[in-house]
Formats: sequence, structure tokens, C-alpha cells
Amino acid sequence: MPSADTIFALSSGAPPAAIAIMRISGPSAFDILQDLAGRTPSPRRASVCTLRSPVTQEMLDQALVLVFPGPDTATGEDLVELHLHGGRAVVRAVENAIASFPGARRAEAGEFTRRAFTNGRMDLNEAEGLADLLAAETEWQRRAATKMFGGAFSAAIEAYRQDVLRLSALTEAELDFSDEGDVESQNNILITDGCAELQQKIVQLLASPPAEKLKDGLRIVLAGPPNSGKSTLLNALVGREAAIVSDIAGTTRDMIEVPVSVEGVALLFTDTAGLRDDSADVIERIGIDRSHAAMQQADILLWLGPEGEGPIHPNLIEISAKNDLKESLSKSADAIFVSAQTGAGVSELLHIVAARAKTLLPPPDQFAINARQRVFLDDAATALVACGESEDWLIIAENLRQVRLALDALTGRAHTEDLLDTVFGKFCVGK
Amino acid sequence: MTTDFDIIVVGGGHAGTEAAAVAARIGLRVALVSFDKNMIGAMSCNPAIGGLGKGHLVREVDAFDGLIGRASDDAAVHYRMLNASKGAAVQGPRIQADRKLFKASIQTQLGSLANLHIIEGEAAALHFLPNAPTRVAGLVLGDDIILTSVAVVLATGTFLGGKLFRGEERLVGGRVGEASAMLLSQQLRGADLPIARLKTGTPPRLDGRTIDWSQLEFQPSDDDDWTMSSMRSRRSVPQLFCAMSRTNAETHDIIRSGLHRSPLFAGDIEGRGPRYCPSIEDKIFRFGDREGHQVFLEPEGLDSHLIYPNGISTSLPTDIQAAMVRSMTGLAQCDIVVPGYAVEYDYIDPRCLDSSLAVRGFEGLYCAGQINGTTGYEEAAAQGLVAGMGAASKILAQPMPPIDRTNSYIAVMIDDLTLQGVTEPYRMLTARAEYRLRLRSDNAGSRLTPMAISAGAVAGERAVAFQERLLQQSALQSRLRETVSADALIKQGIAVKQDAGKMSLFDWLRFPQVSIAQLLALDSESWPLDLLMELEQDGRYAPYLARQDAEINDMAANEQIQLSPLMDYSAISGLSHEMVERLAASRPENLAAASRIRGITPAALAAILVHAKRAKIAVVEAA
Ligand SMILES: Cc1cc2nc3c(=O)[nH]c(=O)nc-3n(C[C@H](O)[C@H](O)[C@H](O)COP(=O)(O)OP(=O)(O)OC[C@H]3O[C@@H](n4cnc5c(N)ncnc54)[C@H](O)[C@@H]3O)c2cc1C
Repeated sequence: MPSADTIFALSSGAPPAAIAIMRISGPSAFDILQDLAGRTPSPRRASVCTLRSPVTQEMLDQALVLVFPGPDTATGEDLVELHLHGGRAVVRAVENAIASFPGARRAEAGEFTRRAFTNGRMDLNEAEGLADLLAAETEWQRRAATKMFGGAFSAAIEAYRQDVLRLSALTEAELDFSDEGDVESQNNILITDGCAELQQKIVQLLASPPAEKLKDGLRIVLAGPPNSGKSTLLNALVGREAAIVSDIAGTTRDMIEVPVSVEGVALLFTDTAGLRDDSADVIERIGIDRSHAAMQQADILLWLGPEGEGPIHPNLIEISAKNDLKESLSKSADAIFVSAQTGAGVSELLHIVAARAKTLLPPPDQFAINARQRVFLDDAATALVACGESEDWLIIAENLRQVRLALDALTGRAHTEDLLDTVFGKFCVGK
Repeated sequence: MTTDFDIIVVGGGHAGTEAAAVAARIGLRVALVSFDKNMIGAMSCNPAIGGLGKGHLVREVDAFDGLIGRASDDAAVHYRMLNASKGAAVQGPRIQADRKLFKASIQTQLGSLANLHIIEGEAAALHFLPNAPTRVAGLVLGDDIILTSVAVVLATGTFLGGKLFRGEERLVGGRVGEASAMLLSQQLRGADLPIARLKTGTPPRLDGRTIDWSQLEFQPSDDDDWTMSSMRSRRSVPQLFCAMSRTNAETHDIIRSGLHRSPLFAGDIEGRGPRYCPSIEDKIFRFGDREGHQVFLEPEGLDSHLIYPNGISTSLPTDIQAAMVRSMTGLAQCDIVVPGYAVEYDYIDPRCLDSSLAVRGFEGLYCAGQINGTTGYEEAAAQGLVAGMGAASKILAQPMPPIDRTNSYIAVMIDDLTLQGVTEPYRMLTARAEYRLRLRSDNAGSRLTPMAISAGAVAGERAVAFQERLLQQSALQSRLRETVSADALIKQGIAVKQDAGKMSLFDWLRFPQVSIAQLLALDSESWPLDLLMELEQDGRYAPYLARQDAEINDMAANEQIQLSPLMDYSAISGLSHEMVERLAASRPENLAAASRIRGITPAALAAILVHAKRAKIAVVEAA
């Protein structure tokens, strides 16, 4: 694996900490270790070594050392991990010692992963999955990211790519050889059927829930007339004073968004301005317009107004709030009864919301698709539809070529530099 | 005898003649050296020119005012448009040639070039001066005469170290009955050039008088009157029929009985043969379950009784060949005049060539044709054109005409050869051209003749004709920019959707049911048919071409990023060993070319890009 540079970076969190892990990857990784530790321990076994400055021979630290010979490593190169004592000065001293080697330099953001990608250790989707995994805060995010990082998605795409190659080959045989007397075939049927089948598969994949929901959280919107108790309920749901509560109708004029994780699912609770038609206050009116927009975008709508008078929404939950007060709306037994004041019914509501949310998210055994992946899958599906609509072999071949381009772009076999930068820009140094 | 030239071309085949002719048209002093004057322009194998992908090459060479298109028309005894039922972009014009007429046309065309000298003899060695061991100074002939020049183009076909095989027989030669270029081969091998072996084969020639034609299905020439060259307005030679026979179970049994005596299967031939044009024994061995393979019986000429059986190229022993032929319908009594054979020859790994086919590491040395690992007359002719223009441009310090993958099959081939190399004899296929929707055989002139004229490669006659056509073309294009409504078309009886609105005539052409003839039916003016057809096809695929434009622009941007031929790829971090090897072998000229090399990933490209930028900054800072 000929790489000129050997890169290193602190791969654990910022010091001070109990331990700090320094990674070194590249052709000189073992040489550097040899000079620092005076020996290169046997591969894949934790060994305690004394690290010394190669110049002064002064001791830098006692470290636990792991040696991974390439190419079967995370980066595809020779890789060393130094588990140091996590003090700032220790880390700085070891970094300076490594940096003094010719050809060694600090890694750029995402560079370890980039090398893994370059050396064929992972493709673009796996790299994205890894970024998601590192960023995952909830259990469901972690599961989806693992799925992507683990290569299940890439395997599916690779299977499609093989399908397209096979279809393209049939088409090309028809174009380049059929008139030379030696191709006998029913290729047209094979190709039309093959395109339709592949298109179905891709459409199915496209129906997977968007990954963004998993990351940013499902929108849970609280809506209802002014003073129906939305803000009180919000505070009770998120467990802190996120919204200002007063008895004056129209206190919440703009939307308040609070992200929380409930039962491993990321949710974004949104409190809205109360809905009323007669407000003369310009600012309040703007707030009300925004409320309407928010209700449209809601994944789940908690309706605190009169039963049956909420907007039409596939996931509307009727809430009977202020259940402890006389003024509470009387709703039928289907509604959830809560009292934000006493806390009665709040945890039950959270559980119901989380359960409903899970039905809207990719199940744990399926992957979620992000916007980048969606664009290319859409392109592929569109081109496959066009294949089915044309009788001209040339057009079919051209559309199949477009499908190949789209799938290649998806796995990073072919794409532009800025895309790479976007993907790798998401990593912090050391990964 | 003159002995000093600008360019010396070795080889009077399809590559050599085009190279010599284009350099002479551009105005340089050229010598064409070949073993036998009378064999210049000979067709070594089948008497056909053109076909799928290959027909495109012929039209493109013709667009540069080359020889092969005109010679084809001057010799054509049979015209056929392959893929006639498919889109125009993949239609392949093909002709059957009378060998003698073809050769005669090539020789006449060469004879009309005043600054072209034909020299008969063997090219024994490249000539170098002692103080410049890599700068070509001329050529040493077999009789030790030295010709001097600034550039030499090698177009020696199958003659470099050529060896013939037939059953147990072995002969030295490039074609049956002709010498082999052994001396030159030795020198080149000594010069550390990457040389390997390939093989190809040819079928037996049959005596047409012993064939029972009454039992066979005929294939007549096309009725249309299209020609190969835009400088030939009509078909001038009487047309002949081709006929079709088939191999059968008995034929296959006979072939199997001889396999152990075939040099191919006995392991005597180390070179790889063409997958797309396998010998009949290969076909039987690999596709044994097929009931039969079609065999086209093609006449070799008007006054020749020789018949070329296309599809049964073989190096089986003579007795097996005879039995095999006689097992087929219509051939029960057939006599073989010349048995088939295989030829194995040296080729140079084309990855050591740049895009003008110059050999890297030498000054003034070019290679073209089968020597570069290709197969076929058309492929050879197109490379001859490129090498001839390359050498001429270099001498005149002019830029090469800007051919690239988006404007010609010629460039697709050169790019494939010089970047990917070959593992078997390379043959043109339309599938190789990713932008083939715009590379039709009917628009080769519009695509390429303007740049050919700028390069000075076009003689006066064609230049005048082309200017005239350009005027007509732009007149027709402006006519097609006029708009017409769906209603008006429906009134005229053209089946379009009522709600399609109003658009230009050109835009209407994207609907397959709308023809240009219908659109212009009411015009008083009449346009040349070929021009109408060309613009109709431009309209058909216009939306697809527009969609490709973004892709092509991306590529153009990467073409601006030059890569030094001296780049040390092993010093770039993040390139695998395999990538370094491939990049170092073909030394891409720019980033776009690098991206096309098999196995080069986008991430690797990014690394190359960063390295190239750093190197450039270093150069600027050093200056
Ligand atoms: C037996 C055989 C079978 C073939 N089968 C097929 C096939 O099935 N399909 C297909 O597409 N193509 C086939 N071809 C290939 C086709 O004929 C060639 O690709 C094409 O002719 C190559 O053109 P060229 O200009 O490179 O070389 P050629 O046409 O071979 O011309 C080479 C010329 O160089 C001259 N020459 C060589 N060395 C010297 C020297 N040292 N000094 C002087 N003169 C020299 C020769 O006399 C000759 O004139 C076959 C060729 C042969 C010989």
C-alpha cells in the first residue's frame, strides 16, 4: 500500500481524560512506533511499552500499544494505536514526538475514513453510515446507522448494479452483434421484464422512511385554540420550562421546538401559537399562520381543541388536557386524558407518542435512506421507467447507462469532488 | 533517389497508407516504405470494409479526407447497412470489396500526392545518431541504404515477428506468401519496448465454380444508393450477391476430430485471439451446444472466382479444412484454393503511446495499426490517420486536431488503447462509445471535417464541397427553427397530440412519428436527402444529448487538469499498488483520462488531483 504520508491524530475525546487514544496510520507507522517504543509488539495484542522521545530519550509516557498490520485494518494501511494517559501535556508531548518524523503529519478531518474508502475498506454508503453511527444519540439512530455502516445497503445496491450490467450487456449484444448472424435471442422480452423488475425493487427501497427523520426527530406538534393548555403540556412532556405559561390567551406567538429522546426515539416537540380567527395582533396572526404550516408538516399531531374539530391528519391524537379542572373539554374515551398540573397521564401519553412514532420510522431491521441516496435512486428508477417506454434499443441502452451512472454515484464509484468533501466533511479529526 | 524526408512510414497496409497520405496532404515530404510495391493497399483477410462501429471509423477517416472511404466505393460489389432496423446512431454501413479494385484505388490515390514517395524494400532498423539514442533520425533499409527523417511511423501490421500456423505446419511470414519483419522485431525487442504476442486467423478461400449456388439463400446488395465516402455520389461498380450457408452437426464432428492437431489447442500459439471474431474451432469448443453457425459466402471480386467464407476462420490441418467445408450445404463438391491459417505476431503494448500514437520515451517514433494490438482494416486506417497527423503536427508545431470521446469513434479507440491497453485484438464496437447517440456514421463530416480543414488535412476538392454543404446545412437549420402548432400538423395528417402546443420544427422531430419529410412537405425548396436525414436524426435524440451535456462539461473541466508524463504515482498516498501500476503504464495526459482507467476510484482521483496541484505549486515556487 504505497502512501507517502503517515497520518496521526488523537482519536478519543478532548483531554484531560483517563486515557487518550492516538492513532497512527500509513507506511511509516511501525517505524515510528519502533523509534518511540524501542520495539514493535506482536500484532493485535495489547502490550505495555515505554514511549521515549527519539531525540532526548526522555520518557514520554507508559502506554498500552496495539499494532495492526495492513491491509486488513480499518484504514487498509499499517495502523498503530497508542493508549496514553489522558493528560493534556502527555498528549501534546507524544504528538510532537510523532510529528518530528519525516513524512508524518496530523490527519485532516475525516482522513482515516477517507483512507479506508480509498483502500476499498468501505464504500460511500458505509462511510456515511459510520458518520451517522458516531453521531447517533438514540438507540434507533444507532441501529439504522449500523445497518448502513455494516454494508447491507451497499450489498443491495451492488446487486442492482449487477442486474443493470446484465441488462446492458443484453442490449449491447442486440446493438453490436445481432446483425452479424450469430446472436439468436428473445432479448427484448428479457430486457423489458428485467427493467420492470429492477424498477420495482428500487421503488420499494425508495419507500423506506427518510433517514433525516431518524436524525432530526419526528415532528410532534401540539395544536389547539388559545389557552387550551398546549404550553403547559409541552413543559410537562419535555420535563422542563421550555415554554412560557400564562393565562393570557395568545402568549405563545411563535413556535417553540424542543428535541427529546423518548424510548430510544428522537422526537421534536413543537408548541404552536393558539388558533383563533379573531386576533387583531399582527404578530399573533403571523404566529397562527405558522401554526397552520407546522400542523401540515407534523408527523404526529396532538390536538387539544374540541374533539373532531382538528385538522385532517393521518396521525392525530385527541388530547383532553387540563383534566384536573372543571373547564376541561369533555372528550370521548378514545382521547388521552392528561393533567399537566398533576402530571397524571403524561407518561402514558409519552408512551403512546413513542409507540406511534416507531410505526413511522424505519423498523430496526431496515435501512433509512438519506436525501443524497434518494436523489440517485430516484434517477435510477426514472431511467428504468424510460427503458420500458421505448422501443428504440439505443434509447434503452442510453437509459441503462444513466442507471449505471446513478448507482455508481450512490456507492461512490464515480462522482464529483464536492460530493466527497460533503461526505467527509462530516467527520471530526481522528476518525 | 531522394533519401531525406520529414516523415517515413513503414508499411503499405491500411494504417501505413493513411498515415503517409494525410502527412502528404498536410504538405510534408513523406516516404512510404513497404516490402512489395504491388501489395500496397492489399486486404489481408476478408474482402469487406465497414460494419458496426467499423463503418463509423470509415466515415470518420473519410471526413478527414482519408483514402479508405473512396477506395471502398471504388471497389464495392455489395452494399449493406447493418442494423438498418435500429436507431441511426448504431447503423453500420458495410461493403464487400473487389480486392483488385480496392488496391488499385489506394495506389491511384497515393499516386496523386506529389510529395509522397513510395520506396520498395525492407525496413530493417530504425536509424539513430550516436549522440541521441532516443531521437529517431531515419530508417535503415534491408540493403543498408539509410533514409533520414524527423519522424518514423511504424505500421507493420502482422509482420513483426510474424509466424503462420496451419495444423502441424509452421511458416515465417506476416501473410501467406509474404516475408516477416524479423530484423525490425529484434531491434524493437532490444529497445526495451513492451512487446507481447497476439494471434488472428483467416478462413480458407473457396473456388466459387465448385459451389452449388442453387442450394443457397442469397443476400442481395441494398437497394438504396448511399455510399461510403461523401466524395462519391453514386455506386460505380456492378453489384454481386452474397450467399449464406451454415455449419451443422457433421461439420462440428469433423472439427472436433481435428482439435488435437490444431496449433491453438496443442498450445503452440501463445498469443490471444479476438473474442469477437473467434476461429471456428474456438466456437465449437466454447459453444458446442449450438446447432450451427452461419457462414456468409462473399465474392472476392468481379473477375475472381475466389469466395471468402466469413465465419470459419481456422488453423486446422488442410485435410480437416477440406472435409469441414464439404460437410456444409451447397459446398459438397467445393474445392479449397488457399487453406486458412493463423498468424501470431508481435504487438506493442499501446499504453506506451500518447494520444497522437507517439511512443513515450522516444522522439519522433509513432506506431499505428495492428502493431498496436488492434484487428481490422478500419481500426488500422483510423490509427494511421492519427499517427500521420500526430507526426505532422509535431513537426509543424501545430496542435493536434481536437478529437475526443465526445466527437469521434477514432478518439474512443485511441483513448481505449492508450489508457487500458489490450488483452486480445481490439475491435471497434458501438458499445465502446458512451456518447454514441451523437456519433453517427451519417454526421461524421459535420463532426470532423471542420477540424480536418483547420489542420490542413483536406484537399481542395472536399473543402469546396464541404463549404457548400455547410451553407445548405445552416439554411436548413434556420428553416427548422421556425415554429408550428400541433393543430397545423394534425391538419397536415401528422399524428401528434392536440395539446402538444407550438414548437420549432426541430423540436417536433423528437417524436418518432414525425418525419422531416412530412414537416417540409409543403416547402417549394428541395434539400439534399442526406442532409435531411442527418438533421432529422439530430432532432430525434436532441433531448438525450442535452442531458449528456452536463456529464460532458464535467469531463471537459477535468481535461483541463494536466498530469505530467513524469508523475511519480508511487509517491501519492492512498493509491493501491494495482492503481499505481496501471497509471504508470498508461500515463494519462489529464485527470479526465485518469478517471477512465479501469479500477481508478474517485477517491484515488482526488488524491491524484491534490498531488498534481501540489506539484504545480512546487514548480511555480521553484521558478
Ligand atoms: C491472416 C490474417 C487474418 C486476419 N483476420 C482478420 C479478421 O478476422 N478480422 C479482422 O477484422 N481483421 C483481420 N485481419 C486483420 C486485418 O487484415 C488487419 O488488421 C489490417 O490489415 C491491419 O492493417 P495494418 O495497416 O496495420 O497492417 P497490414 O495491412 O498488415 O499492412 C502491413 C504492411 O507493412 C508492410 N511491412 C511490414 N513490415 C515491413 C518491413 N519491415 N519493411 C517493409 N514493409 C513492411 C507489409 O508489407 C504490409 O504492406 C487479419 C489479418 C491477417 C494477416
